[in-house]
Amino acid sequence: MTTSVDTQVVPPTAPRDAGEALPPVPGTQIDEAPQLTAAQRRRRGRGVDQSSPVVKIAGYIALAITVAVIMVPLYFIVITSLKTRPDIYSDPITWWPNPFNPQNYSYVMTTLEFDLYLRNSVIITGILTVVKVTLGVLSAYAFAFIKFPLRNFLFVLVIAALMVPNQITIISNYSLIAQLGWRNTFIGIIVPLAGVAFGTFLMRNHFLSLPKEIMEAAEMDGSSFFRTLFKVVLPMSWPTVIAFTLITVVGEWNEYLWPFLVADTSATAPLPIGLTLLQDVEGLTNWGPVMAGTVLATLPMLVIFLILQKRMIKGLTAGAVKG
Amino acid sequence: MTTIARPPVPGEPAQQDPPVRRRQGTDWRQVGLAALLIVPNLVLLLVFTYRPLLDNIRLSFYHWNIASPRKTFIGLDNYIEWFTSPSTGTIVFNTVVFTIAAVAGSMIIGLALAMLLDQKLIGRGPVRSMVFAPYVISGAAIGVAFQFVFDPGYGLIQDILARLGLDSPHFYQNAGWALFMITTTYVWKNVGYVFVIYLAALQGRREDLDEAAEIDGTPAWRRFWRITLPQLRGTTFFLSITVLLSSFQVFDIINVMTGGGPFEIGTTTMVFQVYQETFVNSRAGYGAAVATIMFLVVLLITVIQVRMQDKEQ
Repeated sequence: MTTSVDTQVVPPTAPRDAGEALPPVPGTQIDEAPQLTAAQRRRRGRGVDQSSPVVKIAGYIALAITVAVIMVPLYFIVITSLKTRPDIYSDPITWWPNPFNPQNYSYVMTTLEFDLYLRNSVIITGILTVVKVTLGVLSAYAFAFIKFPLRNFLFVLVIAALMVPNQITIISNYSLIAQLGWRNTFIGIIVPLAGVAFGTFLMRNHFLSLPKEIMEAAEMDGSSFFRTLFKVVLPMSWPTVIAFTLITVVGEWNEYLWPFLVADTSATAPLPIGLTLLQDVEGLTNWGPVMAGTVLATLPMLVIFLILQKRMIKGLTAGAVKG
Repeated sequence: MTTIARPPVPGEPAQQDPPVRRRQGTDWRQVGLAALLIVPNLVLLLVFTYRPLLDNIRLSFYHWNIASPRKTFIGLDNYIEWFTSPSTGTIVFNTVVFTIAAVAGSMIIGLALAMLLDQKLIGRGPVRSMVFAPYVISGAAIGVAFQFVFDPGYGLIQDILARLGLDSPHFYQNAGWALFMITTTYVWKNVGYVFVIYLAALQGRREDLDEAAEIDGTPAWRRFWRITLPQLRGTTFFLSITVLLSSFQVFDIINVMTGGGPFEIGTTTMVFQVYQETFVNSRAGYGAAVATIMFLVVLLITVIQVRMQDKEQ
């Protein structure tokens, strides 16, 4: 990653388009339709109508297998969450709950305190998302638009944090957080996770792709930082900011290792940890509530994904495709 | 953040002395603003990423129970122990097998799905979403749920196998099958990422080459090896490194599905060993040594990646 960041030292007159400013993994604009050649247009236009029926049938069989491999386990999880215990332990398995047992959900929510884990997940994810998106946008703004000493070095320092695996930081961080008495507190879960490396990279690359003239105009007007940010930069950046926000939401909601180490009560632990604790208590004997807990932990992200998938995929794949 | 409005040099001196500014090339008001913008993030990364990274290396030379303030310096003993311990062979084997199987599995299946769903098939849109959906689900949740999917007595897999007249393997008692179960679960959850990136690459490639070959009557498998695959080389390289690094670091699925077992270390990978030694066996120094070795591996992979990418360009 480091090498091409140096190419950032370009003469101010050089065009600063995204392709040039990007590190070796280029192209954040995958949402744009590719330029089609005449042959491509022809091919797209005609579809598969010319391929043989055998190929077509094979394609649909493959499609059906794909759907089955993904949906059957999910379906199995959902129906198990609605079954009574004898129904779960039937052989062969039943494909429809008989009788319906939504009590698994109320049992999980009240007796097993999933309402609290859910609340904790919302608090942790909410705060982390606001903090990370703010920090990411602000640092990216500085790296993209302001000239200051050591800029390239500091930028490399920020994105190189992506390379440091979690498991090498947990021991020392755990020791620090425990000494501060921050175990089982929101601050202890949130603060060590709040630094932003990828988001800074993503936003900076986007900012560098903005037309330079607009920034210059804002500068000439003597426009203040806040005005430039809110009136000029952000209005041209919402898709990227939203993509960044969505991947942060998903990432923090699913974060496991760190909260697992520092939180072990329903007072602060998020859903995935609650699920682990629930599994320790109920698992292997009482699968109904465990599955209900799984569905509750999973559903919010699936719903967000289904509504906003295009924007989310843009964020998750940004920087990955050779453009 | 309101302090941003108070740069170190107040007022509007910028308009009065532009020549000085230009000669020095540094506008200190701007530098002050930049500092305010990046310092909070930088401090967080320094304190919670770089400090522990260095501290971890230091701790790896100590004998230390994480709950106690007393540490004993033991030099390289932790490393010597790791390299000579009989369980290290199994743990490295598990890590390598899991990582390679996860990379190969998700790359091959991901590419196959991308090629399938690049075709004009009715219903491909919803299926594309379906393939990607598991990627946004929590690994811990998938792990918990798939424990029951793989349950040899009452799970989904044993039921399907029973319909085919087969007995279910003992996924939880046999280390090989346990590793298979974890790998399968990981691939099931993460293949959507590989799929989406390959799909985007397929849509962006030059199809005229493919066209020409098709008209020439080149057989499909040959077109795939000679034209499609070389065009995807950059993406393949990027994905193999990304998936390699992320599967090397999987913790959640292993923790909830097998807890590193059966037989103590049946599915223990290096990440899980770091956790197990530090937080369960109270040997934080030893855990730190394993973490340091892992970090060196990650560093090596990244250096190779950067080198090869530079070569390509």
